[in-house]
Amino acid sequence: MSQSPSIPLPPNPDPVLNVEITQELIDQHGILPEEYQQILEILGREPNLTELGIFSVMWSEHCAYKNTRKLLRLFPTEKKDKDAIGQVLVKAGEENAGVIDVGDGWGVAFKIESHNHPSAIEPFEGAATGVGGIVRDIFTMGARPILLTNSLRFGDINDPHVKRLFRGVVSGISHYGNCLGIPNMGGDIYFDECYEGNPLVNALCAGILRHEDIQKGAATGVGNPVYYVGPGTGRDGLGGASFASRELTEESAEDRPAVQKGDPFMEKLLLEACLEMMAIPGLVVGIQDMGAAGLTCSTCETASRGDSGIEIDLDLVPQRETGMNSYEIMLSESQERMLVIVQKGREKELEEVFAKWDLHAAHIGEVKEGDRMVVRHKGVVVADLPAKSLTDEAPVYDQPASEPAHVAEARNWSVERIPDISPSEIEVGLKNLLSHPTIASKRWVWQQYDHMVMSGCKIEPGSDAGVVRLSIAGIDKYLAIANDCNNRFCHLDPYKGAQIAFVECMRNLACSGARALAVTDNLNFGNPNKPEAYHMLKECVKGLADACAFFDVPVVGGNVSLYNEHGEGSIDPTPVVSMVGLIDKQEHVTKSQVEEAGLKLILLGGWSSELGGSYYLQTQHGKKEGTVPEVSLENEKKVQDLLITEIEAGKIIAAHDVSEGGLLVCLAEMLFGENKLGASLSIPETGRLDATLFGESQGQVLVAVSSSDSSDFLSCAESAGVQAQSLGETSDSGILKVKVGEHDVLCTEVDEFRTVWENVIPHHMDSSKS
Amino acid sequence: MRVAILQFPGSNCDWDSEYAVKDVLGISAHRVWHKDKLPSETEAVIVPGGFSFGDYLRCGAIARFSPIMQNLKEFAEKGGQVLGICNGFQILCESGLLPGALIRNDCLDFRCLNQNLLVENSNDRFNQTTLGKSLLLPIAHGEGNYRADESVLSSLEANDQILLRYSGNPNGSMNDIAGIRNFTGNVYGMMPHPERAVGSHHPCLDGLPLLKAFLKPVLQTRPAEISS
Repeated sequence: MSQSPSIPLPPNPDPVLNVEITQELIDQHGILPEEYQQILEILGREPNLTELGIFSVMWSEHCAYKNTRKLLRLFPTEKKDKDAIGQVLVKAGEENAGVIDVGDGWGVAFKIESHNHPSAIEPFEGAATGVGGIVRDIFTMGARPILLTNSLRFGDINDPHVKRLFRGVVSGISHYGNCLGIPNMGGDIYFDECYEGNPLVNALCAGILRHEDIQKGAATGVGNPVYYVGPGTGRDGLGGASFASRELTEESAEDRPAVQKGDPFMEKLLLEACLEMMAIPGLVVGIQDMGAAGLTCSTCETASRGDSGIEIDLDLVPQRETGMNSYEIMLSESQERMLVIVQKGREKELEEVFAKWDLHAAHIGEVKEGDRMVVRHKGVVVADLPAKSLTDEAPVYDQPASEPAHVAEARNWSVERIPDISPSEIEVGLKNLLSHPTIASKRWVWQQYDHMVMSGCKIEPGSDAGVVRLSIAGIDKYLAIANDCNNRFCHLDPYKGAQIAFVECMRNLACSGARALAVTDNLNFGNPNKPEAYHMLKECVKGLADACAFFDVPVVGGNVSLYNEHGEGSIDPTPVVSMVGLIDKQEHVTKSQVEEAGLKLILLGGWSSELGGSYYLQTQHGKKEGTVPEVSLENEKKVQDLLITEIEAGKIIAAHDVSEGGLLVCLAEMLFGENKLGASLSIPETGRLDATLFGESQGQVLVAVSSSDSSDFLSCAESAGVQAQSLGETSDSGILKVKVGEHDVLCTEVDEFRTVWENVIPHHMDSSKS
Repeated sequence: MRVAILQFPGSNCDWDSEYAVKDVLGISAHRVWHKDKLPSETEAVIVPGGFSFGDYLRCGAIARFSPIMQNLKEFAEKGGQVLGICNGFQILCESGLLPGALIRNDCLDFRCLNQNLLVENSNDRFNQTTLGKSLLLPIAHGEGNYRADESVLSSLEANDQILLRYSGNPNGSMNDIAGIRNFTGNVYGMMPHPERAVGSHHPCLDGLPLLKAFLKPVLQTRPAEISS
């Protein structure tokens, strides 16, 4: 028999408030003893559990950059040349993303962000929500997103677990980005054992907006209403920011609730509704995405930026689970939500827009006088803190650093230990390089991304840079984007490695005809509390900062992802550099593949003489060692200036930079176009055969020039102080012939190389389909 | 307005279609929200690509219940010109304006590439004389695998209702079908994206003759509006 209904208990306002704060709880929240002391001083009392959670996420590396903030100050954040195109309109750290000027009253907002740890645990959702998060950062600025790219790093592709991660990440990105209808221009992908168990998933978005439409993430105007827009809050992604700020362990898989679940359709609605709302003049005072640390971060950051207080009531927050306490609501990282502050009295205008798109728009609080962030739940105050204590007063650390032994070894390395390659081994050597998954064609990946939506794709993924026409702004200009970072170089020499990431990225833009404007960087490193990992971080930042200053290309934003560790230690240092550039005219857009026979192939930047850190050492000798190639910023500038000048003069028909795999890989890739060309080259004997053909010396570019322009081009190169050698020409024979000195080292059908290069990744992935 | 471009929640080729029709072809075009009515002066409707309602069920299965669909059916029954592209094609099939269904690509992955297509002699607008024997057009879909039962398929073939076939089938479609029309010849559907192949910055311009063929009745009524 059923019992009579029990008498309901009196409602407990919020059980979280009754939890005693123990040392164990403090440790679990990753708060250090001295940090807890600081919290006690700020509050003048003990925090409750919700407040402890708020401090924990806001003072995590992910939100507060506590181990990197001092280093990040080394980056130039604006242009020295105030007349140059690309002036910084919103600087790094000021808002959700940086914005630069691209002329005609238009600006470009862009930023890269990591979602490494979630992707390691749940690759599909981790990568998908990585895209979602960065897209929100861009449209929060008032910009219409116009392109996506990704920098991905995985372990050995032969490992079934790595295949699972790779497939999951690519389909997560494809699922989310395609549904949003933002073209994904590819990006870069490297495979290296150092990423085993800790893949990297960095997602970039760029958007376009009018200067006058730039939005601020500040809560100003006492009495202005605070709105929550987007779907309801659930328990997903609880504490994701602190999850991202510690090492992955065997038990991390149990942290699955810390991985968020994405809904790209909801994001599409939010995107359109927000842009529609922001187009109403004077309505929006401030807007911020609820990304890492969700409601917590968006309320305290908007209040802090606005020099005001803020008060919210959690009972008014739309929720899709029952019985959530204040800790859970404040720390949830449910996706596709925004915080919006509008002009008092104009609430109806916002509500109408969101009703049209069938989205929640809940009035949850107000901007207040003072500096407190006050959170109410079930009629009681559950958090009452100075907003700035969470942002500006977050602790900053300078960690001890020491150079790892292998870096000194690499400096003192001698190429003499490696026997030179014999002419008869070159064909196999080239095929081995082309079949390394880092070098092999990534068509399998980018064919899963809609790169043509929005009608702007000018150069499809796979070339040196992705290029989109700014059609949506109604202007005939082209935005180019490239990502770069060769971890092998950064591992062996962090300072030079980071500079190489920068110059390669910039060279990729120049090869496409684009002038570099600004950088967003994603610093992926190991645990900063390990002196060796911190040394690598510090040196990479210095290298990057010096290159930025030299080229007057500022950093306008980015992301830091530390604690990237696996069983055997830290990942290789991976400071991903992403750069945007501008091309003024369609005829200056240049591809890396050549489609015409009879063109002269000219090498700029001299012969390669270095082998250290090269892919050749890996594929031929199984070694990850050596002295990293020299970087001359001056020479690099000369080469790139020449490239752009001559592209604009109409002399360069195709250009491809020599990078992973060296000269022969570069040459082969140039010939992998639709017209199935061949080429015949003659190279003088200048030094070691392996270094000349497969070395990765910096500042080299292979260009195709029509034979009538070639002598003029060569003399222009000479007067620009750039070494230029004519190597031979393209032909319609379909055969690649290379002669070094008196030796015929290659006489092979290009299709043979193409087959190797094209089939590696499909072979690995399609044969393992479950 | 002469050409209405429907906008469902999740449509994402609506801007592209408007750009192709208005900016490139110079024909007055506007987007119409799915909760609104088709304006009375509408002469042709494009149902654009995207992920209507997220396509979490079968593609187009929710969009067919949108308020504007009743309106669209009446418009089509009166002989109005309708073109569904990609998700638009899926919506037209789901709502019964076109026969058959589109299921997941046989490769299981989303495919975005420039696809070679063979033109069929379907009617006086869509044929090898007006369009050429083959076209190169972008495709971008995960569910473009055309299916129909034998009787539908044989009547499509017998009545020349097939517009385009894939040359090198990317998704497993029966009879390599990439695009079809209804029996009457006023409702068209295709997986390829003609609106992405209309400008000098696009990889090809083969979308132009296709869009012009569809809009021919509109172009004929008031040619004065067409900019040069």
